[in-house]
Amino acid sequence: MSALATAAPVVYQLNFGALGYGLAAIGPGIGIGLVFGHAIEAMARQPEATARISLYMWIGFSLTEILALLGLVVPFIFHAS
Amino acid sequence: MIGDVRVVADAAGGCHLFGNCGFPAPGLQNFNFKPLFSVGSFHFTKPMLIAVLCTVIVIAFFWAAFRKPKLVPRGIQNLGELGILAVRDQILRPSLGRKGDVYLPFLVSLFFYIFLMNLMELIPVFQFPAMSRIGFVVPLAIMVYGLYLYLGFKNQGAWGYISNMWPRGVPWPVYIILIPVELLRFFIIQPFTLGIRLFANMFAGHLLLVIFTVATWYLASFTIGLLFAVGSAAMVLFVFVLELLIDLLQAFIFTTLTATYIASALEAQH
Repeated sequence: MSALATAAPVVYQLNFGALGYGLAAIGPGIGIGLVFGHAIEAMARQPEATARISLYMWIGFSLTEILALLGLVVPFIFHAS
Repeated sequence: MIGDVRVVADAAGGCHLFGNCGFPAPGLQNFNFKPLFSVGSFHFTKPMLIAVLCTVIVIAFFWAAFRKPKLVPRGIQNLGELGILAVRDQILRPSLGRKGDVYLPFLVSLFFYIFLMNLMELIPVFQFPAMSRIGFVVPLAIMVYGLYLYLGFKNQGAWGYISNMWPRGVPWPVYIILIPVELLRFFIIQPFTLGIRLFANMFAGHLLLVIFTVATWYLASFTIGLLFAVGSAAMVLFVFVLELLIDLLQAFIFTTLTATYIASALEAQH
C-alpha cells in the first residue's frame, strides 16, 4: 500500500459562521460609505455647518457600525466544531 | 476545535521553523489569562493590572499638568491643555455648546481613560486591550446611563422627560408603533450599543492582531511559505496602524455619544 493511502484522511469543514458574517458585513459597509459620503458632500456645500454636520455624521456612523459589530458574534456560535 | 485544526495541519505537512507542527488557532482562549496572584477566591489578572495602571497614569498625568497651573503654560501643562482643548472643541462644544463646560472634567477623563485602555493593545509587554473584556466596559456604560437619566429627570421632571422623547404631530395610529420603539431605544438600545460598540471593536482588533502575528510565526519556514510569512508580517504592520486609528476613534465616539445623550437630557429635542 502506498504512503498516500495510509495517510489520515483530511477533513475539510466549511465554516458557515464566517461565511455568514462576511455576508452580514456587506450592508454596514454600504451604509458607512453612504454616511461619510453624504456628510462630506454636505460639508462641501456648507462649510460653516461643519461642526454640526460632523456631530450627526459620527452618530450615524456609530449606529451603522454597531450592525457589523453585532454580527461578530455569529462566527463564534456557528464555527466548524 | 484546536485538535481538529492540528490534525488537518499535520496531515497537510504543515510544520514551521522553531517547534512542532500544528497551527495554534487563535480564539476565545486568547482572552483568558492565568491570574498573576490570588487572594482567596479573588484572582488578580493582567486586564485588571492594565486597568489599574491606566487609571493611575491618567490621574498622574493631569495631576502633574495642573497641580500648579500658570497663566503662561510650561512643560507638561502645554500637553495637558492641548488634550483638554481637543476634547472641548471637538466633542463638547458641537453637542453641548458653551453652557456644557461643567461636564468637561467628566468627558476629558472618560476620553483619556478609554483611549489609554485601548492603546494598551499596541504597547509591548501589555499588548492587551482591557476593553475587550466586557466587564470593564459595562461599568462605563452604566455610569453614562445613570448620569443622563439623572440629568433628564432633574431638568425636565420624570413625566416631562419621558413625554418629550417621542415626536409630536404625527397621526395617532403611528404612536402605537412609535411609543414602544422610542422607549425601547432609550432604555435598552442606547446603553447597550454604547457598551457593545467599544467592546466588540477592541475584541475584533485584538483577534485580528493575534491571527496575523501567529500566522507569521507559523508560516516562517525555509520553503515557499516564507513569502506568505512576509505578507502576513506586512499585514501585522498595517493592522497595527489601523488599530491606532480605531483606538482613537472609539474613545472619540464613546465620548461624543455621551455628550449627545447629556445634551438630550438637558433640553427637550424637537
